[in-house]
Amino acid sequence: MSLNIIVLAKQVPDTRNVGKDAMKADGTINRAALPAIFNPEDLNALEQALRLKDANPGSTITVLTMGLPKAAEVIREAIYRGADNGIVLTDRPLGGADTLATSYSLAQAIRKIGNYDIILGGRQAIDGDTAQVGPQIAEKLGLPQVTYAEEILDLADGKVTVRRRLEHGVETVKAPLPCVVTVNGSAAECRPRNARRLMKYKYAVSPSEKAALDAARQAFVDERPYLQLSEWGAAFIEADPEQIGFPGSPTKVKTVENVVFTAKDARRLDNDDAQIEELIKELITNHTIG
Amino acid sequence: MADNNNLIVYCELEDGRVADVSLELLTKGRALAKRLGVKLEAVVIGSNLDGVEDQIFPYGADVVYKVADKRLSPYTSNPHAAVLINLFKEIKPQVCLMGATCIGRDLGPRVSSALHSGLTADCTSLEIGDHTDAKTKKEYHDLLYQIRPAFGGNIVATIVNPECRPQMATVREGVMKKEIADAAHRGEVINLDPSKYVSDEDFIVEIIDRQIAKSKVNIKGAPIIVAGGYGVGSKENFQLLYDLAATLGAEVGASRAAVDAGFIEHERQIGQTGVTVRPKLYIACGISGQIQHIAGMQESSIIISINNDPNAPINAIADYVITGDIESVVPKLIKYYKKNSK
Repeated sequence: MSLNIIVLAKQVPDTRNVGKDAMKADGTINRAALPAIFNPEDLNALEQALRLKDANPGSTITVLTMGLPKAAEVIREAIYRGADNGIVLTDRPLGGADTLATSYSLAQAIRKIGNYDIILGGRQAIDGDTAQVGPQIAEKLGLPQVTYAEEILDLADGKVTVRRRLEHGVETVKAPLPCVVTVNGSAAECRPRNARRLMKYKYAVSPSEKAALDAARQAFVDERPYLQLSEWGAAFIEADPEQIGFPGSPTKVKTVENVVFTAKDARRLDNDDAQIEELIKELITNHTIG
Repeated sequence: MADNNNLIVYCELEDGRVADVSLELLTKGRALAKRLGVKLEAVVIGSNLDGVEDQIFPYGADVVYKVADKRLSPYTSNPHAAVLINLFKEIKPQVCLMGATCIGRDLGPRVSSALHSGLTADCTSLEIGDHTDAKTKKEYHDLLYQIRPAFGGNIVATIVNPECRPQMATVREGVMKKEIADAAHRGEVINLDPSKYVSDEDFIVEIIDRQIAKSKVNIKGAPIIVAGGYGVGSKENFQLLYDLAATLGAEVGASRAAVDAGFIEHERQIGQTGVTVRPKLYIACGISGQIQHIAGMQESSIIISINNDPNAPINAIADYVITGDIESVVPKLIKYYKKNSK
C-alpha cells in the first residue's frame, strides 16, 4: 500500500551549543552566532517516515516547513536523505506566531496538500521546547494524535501501531489513520544523506531562492521540474488573517529578560589533597555530609 | 453548575494517587486563587475515583470535579481532552494549570487549540499582574504572568494571554513546592456524568500494552546530589560519580548535555527540561553551567563545582570551586570522606 506521508520540519537556531559569544553585551541574543539547523527531533520523525516508505514502496514523503524563505535548506536536507518533495510556508503575515497560530497555519497548509495518510513531526523544537504544535495540528484537523513516539511498529489495515516512550516506561498504542505522530529524540537516528540524491538535488531551489540566481541558472532550474521546491503564502493556504501571525496568537510576550543569577563569592580550591581534605572536614563538621 | 471564572488544576493520577506535580500546582494555585479572589478547583478524570478528593482537599481545593468511566484510565488524549473542553465551556475557568508531564504536554495543547486559548509550556514561575498592550494601550488587570525560559534557557520570557480564556500553563514536577494548607479542609465534590462530556467516538486510540515501572530514581527528594555534565566525558567516567554518590549517600543527576550525549538516562536530567532540585549539597562535576541547567539547581543550599575550566559559568553561583579534572578530584573526595567520617 503506498502512503502519502507528511513530515513537519523546522529550521531552528542551535540552542544546544550556546557559546559565550551567543549573548551580546546588551543581553540580547546574537542570532548570527547560532547556526541554523534541522530541528533534531524532526530528523527522527523523517527517519520514521523513510522506514514507512521503505516498507510501502510507491509512498511519497512531503516535507512541510514554516519559517523564513531560507528554511528551504531543511527541505533540501530532507530530500538528500530520501524525502520526495517539500513546501516552504513563508509569508510576512505568518510571522510573530505563537504555537496556536503556527499550528493553524500548518494545518491550513496540510489541508491544501490534502489526501494524507499520516503526519509525522518531531516532539518539540529546541528553540521553544513547547511540544505544542503537533497536538494542536491534530486537534485543528480533527485527527487523533500519538505523542512521544519512539518507533512505528506496524502500519496495516488503516491503523498504525506505535511504541511511545513515557517518563517511566513504554506504552504501545494503535491509532486509526490518518493521524499525527510526534517523534521523540530517543527514536532511531536519521539516515545520512544519500550521495546520489545530493548530486541530483543540490541545485533544488524555492522560487525566492531562484529569483536570486542569474538567468542561466534560472533557466537550468526551469528546465528541471524536480529542482523546483514549492513556496506557499498565507493567501494560497486560504488562511484567515485573524488566525495567523501576531493577531492570531493568544499568547503575547510581555517582557524578555536576559537571565542573571546572583553570583556568590566562591571559595576557590586547587586540586590539592590538603585543601580537599579540609573541605570534606568542614562539610562533615557542619553536617552537610555524613 | 458552579460559578465561573475560577482557577482549575487538572489532577493527574499515578496508580490511583494524585501525582506530586498536581499537588504542587494545587499549592501554587491556592496562592494565585487567593490573590485573584476566586475559588481553587480541581478536576480529576479516571476510572475508580472513590475518595480521591481526600488527597486533594488538604491542599485547599474548594471544588473537586470527578469524571469516572473505566475507559478513562489509563490516560488517552482525545477522551481526556473532550472532558476538559466540554467542562471548560461550561465553567469558564480563567486559569488552568497542568503538569508538564507526558500527559499534560499531550493534553494541554489539544485543549488550548479547541478553546483557542493561549498555553505556555514549562513555566518556572507564575505570578499575577497587570498588563498594558504596547500597541492598543488597552489595560488588563490581574493576568497570569507565565514566566518561562526560552531559547535553550538563555532568556526568560514573561508571557500573558490578554484576551483568551482560560489562561493555560504547564509546569514541570519539582518547580513549585508542595505544601498542605489544612489537613482538615473539605470542599465540594461534583460528580459529572461522563456520557455528557465524552462520546464513544473519542475512544479512538487503543492501548495495546503498557510497561510502566515505578521510578527508581528519586533525585527530587535527595539531600545530596552528585551531577555530571558533558565534561565528565563518557558513560564510563560517570561510574566515578556513582562511586562518590554511593559513598555520600547521594543520588546521581546530570545536565542535558550529558543526557543528550548518551552518558546517562533522561530520568536523571536536572534543569529546565528535566527536574528541579533543591538539595542541601550539590556537587557539579564537569558541568559548564548553561542557564537551563542552573535554573534547575540554583536553590541548592551548598554548591560545589568541579571543573577544569576555572571560568566555567557555573562557578559564579558555586560556594566552592575546585579547579581540576574529575578523574583526579572525585577519587580524592571519596578518599578523604572515608578517612574522616566515622
